[in-house]
Amino acid sequence: MTTTLERPPAQPQPDERVARVSLARRLLVKPEFGALVGVIVIFVFFSFESDVFRSMEGAANWLDGASTVGLMAIPISLLMIGGHFDLSAGVQVGTAGLATGIMTTYWGLNVYASMVVSLCLLLFIGFINGFLVTRTGLPSFIITLGMFLALQGINLGVTKQVTNTVQVSNLNLVPGYQALKDIFGSQISIGGHKFQIAILWWIIFTIIGSWLLTQTRFGNWIFASGGDPNASKNVGVPTSRTTITLFMLTSAMAWFVGNTQIIRFSTIQAQVGIGQELIYIVAAVIGGCLLTGGYGSVIGASLGALIFGMTQSGIVYANWNSDWFKTFVGAMLLLAVLANQFVRRLATQGRR
Amino acid sequence: MRSAPFRSIASRLRWGVPIVAAAVVASACSSANSVNVQHNKSGGGAGGYHYKIAMVTHGGAGDSFWSIVKAGGVQAGKDMGDDFTYQSNGDPTQQSQLIDAAVNQKPDGLIVSMANPEALKAAIQRAVAAGIPVVTINSGQAQSKAYGALSHFGSDETVAGQAVGTGLKQAGVKSVICVVQEAGNVALEQRCAGVKSTLGGTVTNLQVDNNNLPGAQSLIQAKLQADKSVDGVVTLGAQVASVAEAAIAGANSTAKLATFDLNADVAKAVQDGKILFAVDQQPYLQGYIAVVMLTQYKANLNVLGGGLPVLTGPNLITKDNAAAVLKLAAAGTR
Repeated sequence: MTTTLERPPAQPQPDERVARVSLARRLLVKPEFGALVGVIVIFVFFSFESDVFRSMEGAANWLDGASTVGLMAIPISLLMIGGHFDLSAGVQVGTAGLATGIMTTYWGLNVYASMVVSLCLLLFIGFINGFLVTRTGLPSFIITLGMFLALQGINLGVTKQVTNTVQVSNLNLVPGYQALKDIFGSQISIGGHKFQIAILWWIIFTIIGSWLLTQTRFGNWIFASGGDPNASKNVGVPTSRTTITLFMLTSAMAWFVGNTQIIRFSTIQAQVGIGQELIYIVAAVIGGCLLTGGYGSVIGASLGALIFGMTQSGIVYANWNSDWFKTFVGAMLLLAVLANQFVRRLATQGRR
Repeated sequence: MRSAPFRSIASRLRWGVPIVAAAVVASACSSANSVNVQHNKSGGGAGGYHYKIAMVTHGGAGDSFWSIVKAGGVQAGKDMGDDFTYQSNGDPTQQSQLIDAAVNQKPDGLIVSMANPEALKAAIQRAVAAGIPVVTINSGQAQSKAYGALSHFGSDETVAGQAVGTGLKQAGVKSVICVVQEAGNVALEQRCAGVKSTLGGTVTNLQVDNNNLPGAQSLIQAKLQADKSVDGVVTLGAQVASVAEAAIAGANSTAKLATFDLNADVAKAVQDGKILFAVDQQPYLQGYIAVVMLTQYKANLNVLGGGLPVLTGPNLITKDNAAAVLKLAAAGTR
């Protein structure tokens, strides 16, 4: 069956795949390039509008706003590169915090044990998401939409059943709270200005996530299963396992963020996180992730979250009417996507 | 697809994990952790009236205010020995459909909150025409009588806002940010307007997202940093109050904090002097009294209010009475 194609040996053309590419072009094709430009533009813009914005205390502030979104945008971007969505990611943040809070302050479980149980619960949720998506072949949009609605009801139902209210509070009265607060909810002083520790976690997890995506075999599997699931299955990539792992990573991060939240405020409300799942996706898309999968970057997603945080606080620093914040974010999302597409087309044009 | 060594580890762990987990759980449980468990149970004597009372509100599912209204209704149902049901939907069209559904089941009394009276007019009038006694609660006091309701038990957001404005003025506050946590909620805007009308200084509204509390903190903090003249913060929900408290500390601001609505954390902060005062509209009473009145109307033709709205608030929680209210707030009745 094998036939060898005889090619005329003339014209020794260099292979275009190993051809030298100019630095500018190499930068342009990076998925996070657009977001980086966005970060610079927005920073410069609001720095002109307000001098508090560019001060250290201002930075501590908008980094804090960005970190919550950014932490979740990391696994979400991995998941999107792997070709899937998780619409239940925001609600899972609430589930995690509520589970820890209820088990500790109502059922009397040690707070560390509660956190372990709540992590197991979240990993289970992530597994269910991934399992259903891989087993049924249905779009993850639908599967996780179902999970989103189901968890929304569970969060509220269980909380009201147990607490009679819609919130779990008083975690700060529990033994062992202070140590947790130091890890998850304390502030670090840099040059006399207090930065939330969540910012540090965000940076660490961004580095880990980016390493995972670009330096490991698992990272290659993510790109492969997102780019072409069938082809990658055929060449031996364990796409199902990759997908399930990605969903479980997302849930694990939701656990981290949810527990950070209840530890930081010592209270959490049943509807926490609802609506945030779209913000995570916005951050990932501004950061260069494609909705179709197979392309994107973790650093980009974190830069996207940074843009979100800077804009949110920037509007307040500039003394604009904060009613219009969402409009601004929407316009920015469209702009970012258009710019990304334009740049990508420009950059890949000459290579075809 | 598991590899052989993995399987053997898994089988070895199969029994180990539950045993360790059970041991951890058994040793870890202690009453020192279960700080929220209430040991006193409020008992209710069943009145034995056995009326069917239906409540249909516009409250959002996760809204702490409405969960307290519902708790009041449920308790009154128990105390009166009524059969109490609760439904809610924030969308006016769907709320009116819920009212129709409730009316179809021929209840002995109907309780409705009217955030959008016009949209509910037809449904309520159908209930009245079917001979079902109707009571309105919370909002819609202007239309209550005209639509045929017997009484209105509510709270006036403007009046409550004015009380806050007066309180802050007495504390010497001149420039206030009013933190709105739900976009497009009329009641919240009315509260801010009420504050403005009696404060005599400047009031700036700040929009935050109730579902993203860290984000809300960073926004309030940003506002305090951007405008150093701000010396007062008003929050319109109990959850946001805790967040604003952290933001004021984070911005090294000396702004005084006042809040609408109550929960355990707020009561505690008022007790500790971190919150100047909290306004309680006593939602529990709105739910409770409505069920009681409808029961007594069916049994004894009693009507409350004499055709005028009955206000359940504002009730100011200050340092003096915070300790007593704290326990009740934790139990979800204040």
